[in-house]
Amino acid sequence: MIYLQLFLSMFQIGLFSVGGGYVAIPLIQHQVVELHGWLSATEFTDIITIAEMTPGPIAINSATFVGIRVAGIPGALVATFGCVLPSCCIVLLLARLYYKYRSLNAMQRILSGLRPAVVGMIASAGLSILLLALFGGQLPSSFQQVNGPAVLIFAAALLGLRRFRLSPLRVMAGAGAAGLLLYPLLGL
Amino acid sequence: MIKRAALYKELFCSTFRLSAFTFGGGYVIVPLMRKRFVDELGWIDEEEMLDLISVSQSSPGPIAVNASLMLGYRMAGVPGALITAFGTVLPPLIIISVISFFYQQFRSNYYVNAVMLGMQAGVAAVICSVVLDMSRSVLAGRNLAAGLILAGVFTAVYFFKVNVFWVILICGCIGFFGVLDRCRKAGKGKEKDT
Repeated sequence: MIYLQLFLSMFQIGLFSVGGGYVAIPLIQHQVVELHGWLSATEFTDIITIAEMTPGPIAINSATFVGIRVAGIPGALVATFGCVLPSCCIVLLLARLYYKYRSLNAMQRILSGLRPAVVGMIASAGLSILLLALFGGQLPSSFQQVNGPAVLIFAAALLGLRRFRLSPLRVMAGAGAAGLLLYPLLGL
Repeated sequence: MIKRAALYKELFCSTFRLSAFTFGGGYVIVPLMRKRFVDELGWIDEEEMLDLISVSQSSPGPIAVNASLMLGYRMAGVPGALITAFGTVLPPLIIISVISFFYQQFRSNYYVNAVMLGMQAGVAAVICSVVLDMSRSVLAGRNLAAGLILAGVFTAVYFFKVNVFWVILICGCIGFFGVLDRCRKAGKGKEKDT
């Protein structure tokens, strides 16, 4: 019974979170904290923090976490499955339509309007991440707010990507290692 | 048959590895997928990559999962999509399962935080780099309308927090009614010249 509840709850989260992770957070909070009381408000804040520290989509991370808390490993599997099932069905349908009709003139025109829009959206997400990494979220008003090691790592990573064409995976692993070295070394 | 198995294996391994590195939100999957599937494997081109992201954005659920589903479907139909979805979901499933047993220690650990701060700076560089590359390819041939859409969407989403749904709807309409058409043709002509 608890499995069915978990599944239905996560299915709704998966179904209604259109447009990325931050749309999903209030939905998850409603289902998990307010409606079912599976997590306390503090635990929910913790899981959002951990979701940001670990790879993977926030919706999947919190589904797994809630599932484990409520019903162990099987719970995690059921919750995660429920969370991705709506995506699977809807994306497969859209994928079929896209590959069937993408050569149509009308479809080509629509896509030609969407391509620059997608780049604009990625640029917006990129600027948020950049400000978060270098200045803790906002434009700095004083020198103190600039995160020195982060600026250094950012510059080195950009150089590695642009000049030496390093793979992003390597750059990210290197950036993590540099953080592990720099922050303790500078006593921050 | 063997070729099919090799394709499935590549799909699973690639998406598994990429998913294990998508720190910091859904869009981080874009530079990773682009590097792997456009640059290294050459399975899709830049335009198709952007289309996959548009479709992923328009459907519910995490962008990373949706984009993987699209790619899997493109390469090997429904079985391919299921494999890539599985490969994308598995790393967070494993990592969170392990961490959930000592998450309080994990969250407040000094060294974990140092790695995360470093990675955050790395992620910022990876995203900036892909935005540079993608703007260059979208704006190729000095397409003014495309440039305006790019700048307009950036402003709308970053400063005015406009919902993605409206962005997709409006830009789809702008494209459909042919605002970009003439610029596009002119752009293509120029590309051939160079």
